[in-house]
Formats: sequence, C-alpha cells, structure tokens
Amino acid sequence: MSGSAPHSAMFGVLPLIGKRFASALITLLLVSAVVFTISGLLPGDAAQETLGQSATPEQVAALRHEMGLDRPALTRYFAWLGGIVQGDPGQSLVANLPVREVIAERLPNSLMLAAFTALVSVPLALAIGIASAISRGGRLDRTLNVLTLTAVAVPEFLVATLGVLIFSVKLLWLPSIALVSEDASLWDTVRSCALPVLSLSVVVIAQMARMTRAAVADQLDRPYVEMARLKGVPFRRVVLFHVMPNAVGPIVNAVALSLSYLLGGAIIVETIFNFPGLASLMVNAVTSRDMPLLQACAMIFCAIYLMLVLVADVVAILANPRLRAQ
Amino acid sequence: MSAHVSVRNLRIVAGSKAIVDGVSFEIARGKVLALIGESGSGKTTIALALMGHSRFGATISGEVLLGETRVDQLDEAGLQALRGRRVAYVAQSAASAFNPSRTIMSQVTEPLLVHRLASKADAEVRAVDLFRALALPFPESIGARYPHQLSGGQLQRLMAAMALITRPELVILDEPTTALDVTTQVEVLKAFKAAIASVGATAIYVSHDLAVVAQMADQILVLNQGRTKEQGAAEQILHAPTDDYTRTLMAAASPTERSAPAVVAGDALLKVEGVHAAYGRLPVLHDISLQLARGATLGVIGESGSGKSTLARVIAGLLPRSAGSVRLGGEELPKGIDGRSREQFRRVQLVFQNADTALNPVHTVGQTLARPLAFYHGLKGAEAKAEVARLLDMIRLPADLATRNVRQLSGGQKQRVNLARALAARPDVLLCDEVTSALDTVVGAAILELIDELRRELGIATVFISHDISTVRAFCDQVLVLYGGTAVEQADAAAFARGVHHPYTDLLMHSVPEMRAGWLEQAVTRKAVLPSEVGDDLCRFLPRCPVAIDGRCNAEAAPLRAGDGFALLCHHELQTLRELTA
Repeated sequence: MSGSAPHSAMFGVLPLIGKRFASALITLLLVSAVVFTISGLLPGDAAQETLGQSATPEQVAALRHEMGLDRPALTRYFAWLGGIVQGDPGQSLVANLPVREVIAERLPNSLMLAAFTALVSVPLALAIGIASAISRGGRLDRTLNVLTLTAVAVPEFLVATLGVLIFSVKLLWLPSIALVSEDASLWDTVRSCALPVLSLSVVVIAQMARMTRAAVADQLDRPYVEMARLKGVPFRRVVLFHVMPNAVGPIVNAVALSLSYLLGGAIIVETIFNFPGLASLMVNAVTSRDMPLLQACAMIFCAIYLMLVLVADVVAILANPRLRAQ
Repeated sequence: MSAHVSVRNLRIVAGSKAIVDGVSFEIARGKVLALIGESGSGKTTIALALMGHSRFGATISGEVLLGETRVDQLDEAGLQALRGRRVAYVAQSAASAFNPSRTIMSQVTEPLLVHRLASKADAEVRAVDLFRALALPFPESIGARYPHQLSGGQLQRLMAAMALITRPELVILDEPTTALDVTTQVEVLKAFKAAIASVGATAIYVSHDLAVVAQMADQILVLNQGRTKEQGAAEQILHAPTDDYTRTLMAAASPTERSAPAVVAGDALLKVEGVHAAYGRLPVLHDISLQLARGATLGVIGESGSGKSTLARVIAGLLPRSAGSVRLGGEELPKGIDGRSREQFRRVQLVFQNADTALNPVHTVGQTLARPLAFYHGLKGAEAKAEVARLLDMIRLPADLATRNVRQLSGGQKQRVNLARALAARPDVLLCDEVTSALDTVVGAAILELIDELRRELGIATVFISHDISTVRAFCDQVLVLYGGTAVEQADAAAFARGVHHPYTDLLMHSVPEMRAGWLEQAVTRKAVLPSEVGDDLCRFLPRCPVAIDGRCNAEAAPLRAGDGFALLCHHELQTLRELTA
C-alpha cells in the first residue's frame, strides 16, 4: 500500500464532510425555531410563575414588560438567536443569573457522567457484540442475547434502585447519592459516580451490543469472509482486519445514538441519585417556566446529538472507500 | 508415480441429506481436473472439501489426500497452514470475494504475510510480477486501488494473482469466468492457463460450461446430484461420452436450430423509432429503431452495459424514453408507465432475468398467477382457478403446484412461473430479459423451447435479450447487436447466418468458446489499433476495434451500410468487412 492514495482520498472527502457539517448547522437552526416555538406554546410564563396566583393582571403585565416578554415573538426569537450565536443565551428568569453561568455549573457534571459511561460501555458493548456475532447460534450467543434483551427491557429506575439496594444499603460500598463538588478528590468523584454510571451503562451497552452483533453478523456471511478463511487467514485476523472495517460504519452510528442518550436521557438516573446534571436542570426550567434556560438546555442537547451523528457520519465515510472516492 | 491429489469415497452430508455421495478421483501432478454438473450437483462442495472447508456446517467423510497429507484429518491449525499456502482458491464472483474496504495489494499479499513466507516489501514485488504476468493494466499501481474501482475481468485476474502468489501445489477454480462477458472470458482464461502452468500447479476447475472446460481440462468428472456420472480423459468425455446424462449436457450446450421459422405476415406489430434514453444525465441508448411482426422473435445481444436491458425497460415504459417513438399496432405508447392505460400494460409484458427476486416470495404460485388475471381480465373465483390450471399446463407444471409457495420451487420452475405470470395477461409483445442466464443449461434449453412454442401457438412477438450469441442465432428471426447503447448491426436470421458482420459482432462470435481442445490457443485476442476516447458522434466501438481506419473512424461518424436483409454501422466497405471477418 502506498501512502499517497489514502492521503489524496482524505482531501477528496473534505467537501463531503463540509456538506454534512453545513447540513448539521441548518438542522440546528431549524431546531432552534422549533424549540423557541414550542416553549412559547407552554401555558403560563415566568412572570405569572414568579408572582404567584395572587398577583393582579397589572402586576403581571408590568413584570412581563420588564422581562421583555411582551415583545413580538419574531423579535424575541432573533434577539435570542443572536445571543446564542454570541454565546449568551440570556438571563435565567428564575435564578436571576446569566443562563451561561447556570449551565456552566451543570454541563461539566453531565459531560463527566457521559464520558465515564462511554468509557465503560463502548468497549464492553463492542466486545459483547463481536463475541456474540462470532458464536452465532451458539450457547454464548444465546446467553448474551437473553442478557442484552433483558437489559434493554428493564427500566433504568429499577436498575438504579437495585444498584442502590445492593451496593449502598447491603454492601455499603458506594454512596447512594452522587455528591459532586469541585473540591472532592478524583477517587470520591469516581465513587459517587459509580452507581449512576452503572445504571446508564446497563441500558446503552445492551443497545450498542445488539447493533454491533447485527452489523458484524451481516458481514460474516459475506463471500469475502469465506475467501479470507480459504487463504488461511486466522479467524481473529479475519474479524479484525476484514470484518471490522466493513462493520465500523453501522457500529459508530449505533454508538453515536446511544451516547447522545447519555445526556438528555439521563434524567431518571440524575433524579434518583440527586446528580447535579443538565437533564434535571432542564426539567426544573420547565416547571418554573424559565424559558431562556429551557431553550438553552434544549439547544445544547440538540447540538451534542448532531455533533455525535456528524462524527459517526465522518467515520463511516472514511471507513468506506466507495464514499471516500466520491 | 502416485497421484498428487487423491480423493476416495468422499461423502458430504448436510443435515440428513448427502450433498456428495461416494465420489472418488485422482489427479496427477500438474494436471487439470474439471468437475462439471448443474447447480446442486455438488461440484463446488467437492472442491471446497479439498481445503477441508464445508458450507452450512456439512460434515465431510472419506479420504482426501494431497501429496502425503490427509486433508480430512487435519485440525483447524493444520487447515489454516494448508489453505492459501498449499491449496489456493479462486472464487466465482471476484466482485464479492474481495473485501470492499481494503486495497487490492493488501489482499493479494495477505496469503504470503499470514503464512510468514515473505516480508511485506518482497510480497509486493511478487504481486506486481504476477500482475504483469496476468496482463493487468498498470501493474505497478493497480494494487493501490479498491475493488469497486476495477472491472469484473480485472478482479478475476487479481484473484488469480492472490491464489498463485504463494506458488500453491493445488489451485481450485470455482466457475471463475461465469460472471464475465465472453470477450473478457477469453482473455481471463488465457491468463489463468498460462499462470497456472508457470507455477506448475495441479488444478481443479469447477464449471457448468463444457466449452470452457474443453479449453482447460485434462480430465473431466461429470456430476449429477452428488454422484459421479462419468469420469475420464477430456477428449473422451467431450467426443465420445458414454453416459446418458453427459449426452444430455452436451446436447443442451449446443442449441439446435429451431425447426419452424416464424411466419412473418402483415405490418409490424411493435415499431420502435429513433429511441434515445438516459439514466439522469448518463445517455444509455442512442437512436434505436426496430420493427417486430406478430409471432416473430428479435434477439438483442451485447455485453453487460451495452443497454440491452434498458431497451426492454424503455419499451415497457419503466424508463421513459427521452426521444423517439414506440408504437404498438399503430398506436403510440406513452413514454412512461404513468401515461399508459391498463390495456397498454396488458399488451406489453416483461419477464425479468431473475425469477428469485421477480416473484413475491410470500405468495403461492396460484396467487402469483391470479393477480394479473384479476387485474387485466377481471377473472375471479372458479374462472380464475381454471385459468391458472390452464397456464400451469401451458408451462408444463403440475396443477397441484398452484397451492405451493413460490419459495418451494426450483430455479427452473420459478422461471416458468415467472413466464406464466407474463402470459397470464395474454400479451402481444413479450420482453424476455436474460431469462435463461441464471439457469442451468439443460433447464435453460427447456425454457427456450417453451418460449418458442408459445410464440408459435399464441402468435406473440418476442424481444429476446441475451448475452449468449449462439442462443440468439439459433432462436431468433432478427438480430440486433448493441454496443455502448448504439445498434451497430441489425439483420434477419438468414442474412446474419450468411455472415457479413460488424467488427464487434465478429469479436463476440469469435469469443464464444468451441467445444474442442485447442480453441483457446487459436483464439486471437486482437488489440485495438487506434488509441482514442469515444467522441460523441464517432463509432462507439472505436476504442476496442482491431480494424479501425486512422483518419476516418476517429474523425467522422460511421455510415450506415445496408445489404440484403441487414444493416450495420461501419467505415469499412461490406466487401472489405467480409474479408476481414472471414
């Protein structure tokens, strides 16, 4: 293999990646409009919520004017969008702090939780999926199949509660509440994150493992696999060097979808362990009608989701010489 | 000297069924044994058993001896050491047997590397030498390419390079040219033969094509349903077969001229005039005209990519034409299927190449046939049932097959049902797109006979699309030769047989292997004389033409030369062509 061909292929692929990136940006813009519209449809607003039931209509109107809620929707949308682009999603109506600060406090926690979970679950899921695909129909495959199916079916609050029951109440190994603070040592952080990570991992491992199994099993039936075996290539090498380059596209897509779940979908786990993450912040924002905060959270989730899908797309393109050559 | 390869009493069982039963043979060192038979005869299964490999978990018993090694007694590690080093395999479809995500070079050198026979650098040098020996273009750089960037013929030769790179003692070739055009097949066969001889390997050649086998084999073993029918020297089997089944195979391989030529009466039923068609911006058909009378058969031939299937799709309306007209009995047919009436649909029926994918697998035969009956003729209940029975009788299938699921039928039966589905509409024009290419020779010959009979009895005009020139010659009243979407030659059967041909037709005819040893050595692969790209108006065949005239063929469009019952596009005078192609 000469080094020049992959190199030029990399350049050939740049316009394609650029196109995907542009379409992700457009999607994000559309999402912003949808988020803004839907949050506007929610009953009640922050002024009403702040003043309570006993407030007179005049007081509410005055506060509304002060908060800028009485301006036309389109004006508010563009003001808000401009703010977001400049990195200032506005003022949290309830906490009376810039939304940026509120989020800055929570986002690292969520990212850390997602990163820990990804670190644990991705390698495990790949290993389970590949092992399962290789021994298709065998005892190992059937066992793993039942286990992953069960894990997908069991609700995560049950996993979390069982985890607490076993590791916190019976064994007293781990704290039942995730106390994350800046001055906690790394060990303490890891310990307090252990149960949330466990609960989240159970679900995403199962999803990713099943998708990996399907992708690998599909490739194992291809004639080129038989050909490689008939060349005397050891099976391990067949899987790693022949099957995986072809299966990596669908696998990274499955991984991206599962990982995107780790942020917004972590709400139940965050609630059970009282984990100060972004998902619970967003739910609080809904209940207190704190629209700027709610909108900012929604935009972050969407942006992260789109980014993960974009990365998966790019990996799939790079892994496929047909797409690369386009 | 004892045999190099010796197989005794080989039995391969899948589930409770013996796929191969009691097969024995021996091959002397450096000789080629051909395994021939129809699909399901167990020929590939036997070939794979020589590498200790079986598909679908079938069990192999019996004795397989390679030199001093008992292949049947090797464990997994022993087999791994054997495969790709002492025994190498060339698969039927190189397009799917190469890994789409890895470069050719990494795959070709892999056998050397996994068996630790050479360093990476040495392996690449050896690969390039083989590429050169196999007459591949750009031997220095072709290795950096990916499979999808290469043609079928090139991939098949690259696969031979992959097999021969370790200088194996035994090479197994599993229908290595079946998926190729005849013109490509000649080159690939030549390259294979020379390369195998240069390595001095013993070979097993699996094929259903007797003419190809005649070029390659020293010995032949004829198989039917897993059992040996006949076995002996190639000459004896090909020229003095003793077994009935072998004779059937031989008979099916050389199509007999059909007895009754079509009675062509009256005006043309189907009239195609100046049709152009394109897929998006890619032009596929260029100015095609043809006429077909009731009960007549037009054969359309050309290589893959010549536009012959597209022509059927355009007539059927599946691909709207971009210019020209298609008339049926004087009435102009709308371009696409959207504008056509149910009656117009009924009159033009298309039979697809692959019955496996053309028939809905969850339907029974009865449902499949009843659908067009209800749709076109409003037949229901007992009436429809009677008509289904009549159709089944017409295609010579037992009536109780109506309740069977399509999936439960054999390949030949499916193709008959596929044909009956089209006939159910009682069409005026039947478009048959490569209807026999996926079938075994014997089964295919029976289908051809059936189509011919129905054509005669029902007076259906048939457009018969095929890449097999000998079938078309034997079977059709008119011949249309397509190259690159242009009709380079058009003739009626008599004129076609008399033999003034376009250089391309000539190439096609001379590329069909003959059933005698030594044909391959005599077959001259003539090189193109003018290096050029195709210009829009120039002859499409110019880049491959062995007799092109510099200054004319690469300067202006080819003129139409017409004679008694034929017309062709060529710069050469008819008299010159007659001499050139004699």
